[in-house]
Amino acid sequence: MTVASSSRLSIRFSELTQRGEKGLVVYLTAGDPSLDATGEILQAIDQAGADVIELGIPFSDPLADGPVIQRASERALKAGTTLRNVLASLEDWRKAIQAPVVLFSYYNPILQYGLTAFARQARAAGADGVLVVDLTPEEADPYLKAVRQEGLDTIFLASPTSSAERLQRAAATSSGFLYLVSRTGVTGEQKELAATLVPLIQRARAVTPLPIAVGFGISNPQQVRRVQQFAEAAVVGSAVVHAIEERFSTGGARAIGDFVQWLKHGTESEAA
Amino acid sequence: MPQPWPDAAGRFGEFGGRFVPETLMSPIEELQRAYLEAQADAAFHREFKRLLKDFAGRPTPLYHARRLSDRLGGAQIFLKREDLLHTGAHKINNCLGQGLLARRMGKTRLIAETGAGQHGVATATVAAMFGLECCVYMGEEDMARQAPNVFRMRLLGAQVVPVGSGSKTLKDAINEAMRDWVTNVSNTHYLMGSVLGPHPYPVMVREFQRVIGQEARRQIMDMVGRLPDVLLACVGGGSNSIGLFYDFIPDAGVKMVGIEAGGRSLQLGDHAARFAGGKPGVLHGTYTYVLQNEDGLIAPTHSISAGLDYPAIGPEHAALFRSGRVEYTQVGDAEALAAARELSRTEGIIPALESAHAVAEAMRRAPRMGRETILLVNLSGRGDKDLGIFQSAGIL
Repeated sequence: MTVASSSRLSIRFSELTQRGEKGLVVYLTAGDPSLDATGEILQAIDQAGADVIELGIPFSDPLADGPVIQRASERALKAGTTLRNVLASLEDWRKAIQAPVVLFSYYNPILQYGLTAFARQARAAGADGVLVVDLTPEEADPYLKAVRQEGLDTIFLASPTSSAERLQRAAATSSGFLYLVSRTGVTGEQKELAATLVPLIQRARAVTPLPIAVGFGISNPQQVRRVQQFAEAAVVGSAVVHAIEERFSTGGARAIGDFVQWLKHGTESEAA
Repeated sequence: MPQPWPDAAGRFGEFGGRFVPETLMSPIEELQRAYLEAQADAAFHREFKRLLKDFAGRPTPLYHARRLSDRLGGAQIFLKREDLLHTGAHKINNCLGQGLLARRMGKTRLIAETGAGQHGVATATVAAMFGLECCVYMGEEDMARQAPNVFRMRLLGAQVVPVGSGSKTLKDAINEAMRDWVTNVSNTHYLMGSVLGPHPYPVMVREFQRVIGQEARRQIMDMVGRLPDVLLACVGGGSNSIGLFYDFIPDAGVKMVGIEAGGRSLQLGDHAARFAGGKPGVLHGTYTYVLQNEDGLIAPTHSISAGLDYPAIGPEHAALFRSGRVEYTQVGDAEALAAARELSRTEGIIPALESAHAVAEAMRRAPRMGRETILLVNLSGRGDKDLGIFQSAGIL
């Protein structure tokens, strides 16, 4: 796809490759604990070296998420966060950060916004890609049409349970990068990485030239490093959201920046 | 009307489909294959029929409620007595079908969501009978208001997991069951209790519930020599209603009415009437009518009956609503309670509060109709589980 090859996501991944580096993708839920807070945290994690930012849209029924992100969604919804006001805020946030931004959402809020209106507004606000967690390629045609029209990257998930055929389809429908789910289950931190992970990365590598990011269950620098041995990037979600839950009220955005720096380099400054 | 529904993608017209996280696609495809193989296997059908008869107690009677009909002074009311089935509701039909499928797929663990607890009890029962592990997710609010069913499930050896997130009702129990399923895909079958969720659940559950309408059709022909004028059934997710309606869809002379929970009022948050305030959207794997706000967030719901207290409706109902083949209407909490009391006192039958919604609609219509008119109501479950609610409503 011509669009994807020049997208901010593709450029970010080729820069990393040229420098011989691997990437860190950081997830946070927009509006947790408030939209203003999200604006500050985005700047802090961008400066701390997040290579790609996944911005979660809170949903009332986050059935793919574990307790940590469920709680974040509840906090964000309580603070009045909606897809509409996230897109409106993103326009400002975007100006202060370098990292490409992927919107991470359940399908219904996007569907109700209107696929075309959503794609147009997301692009105008400066989003670079979209990942819809409960949308698989077979149901995605109307969505793909709308989102590609605006030149946004479309990221799909592949998991250890995906057949060869499904893996191929997820890769063929994705642009920017392919997101591999490290294990079966919902989002959440875990001590050990699943044994199925490396074979999954190898299977994916065989069917796609896209950069591969691996997420679900990655929560510390050792796991980030381990994943980066095999994939272009590691995604850390629940651990960052957990840090926001525990440290933002006392340490502010800087504490979250420090946490991301620790994930990236394995060295956290004294503030944490 | 395009038949047979659904198409290969699980679409009933524009409704239905599969909207799930990628990890669930493989177990769903596995289930689809097992279901299609079973459908083509005469031995599966024999075994299913045998269990429906010997274990569940089918066929259920069709009962002419003469005293109730006389009191209302109009149409004749017939009750399809699904409340007389083992475990006390129609839910067992589907559980036996899916239990057989789970065994066929070599799954060792059943999980389920439950609202009123009837589906949870039926799942726990089938798990015990097949020797499978069982885990049932139930909202904390529902556990409190349907406590007898919680005890039944535990006695049957099932683990009942309280769900304290969101509205603490059926919707949240489904979220939690899906989270379990996505984590334990290899050994676990998600025994969904209604015609909801991703394809093939809506068609599969319908097929396991069709027996209600097939029997009712034969029985009414035997009893009065003609088809009924109106079928009535309550609609939560919509399994007892689709089970009754499905085989009558081609009969243009048979009117069908689905009754949604009108709750306290028809203001968003006060009811579970998807066709009176909902709009198409995606929830729990399917595209259908959903009660939601303008931002696409799922709305809270209310009904006195836990089994109807759910913000979405089976996609086939959405299609039947859109085509106009089925009329959908609402009955509120108070009217359902009054109908339950009336049926108990005039016929000696205590209905589940869910089913009482359908009885109430029949009671509204009957007086305006001639004595030759036949109303056939699906009495989908019995009311023992609701004694606590009857008591706190002050009607005992």
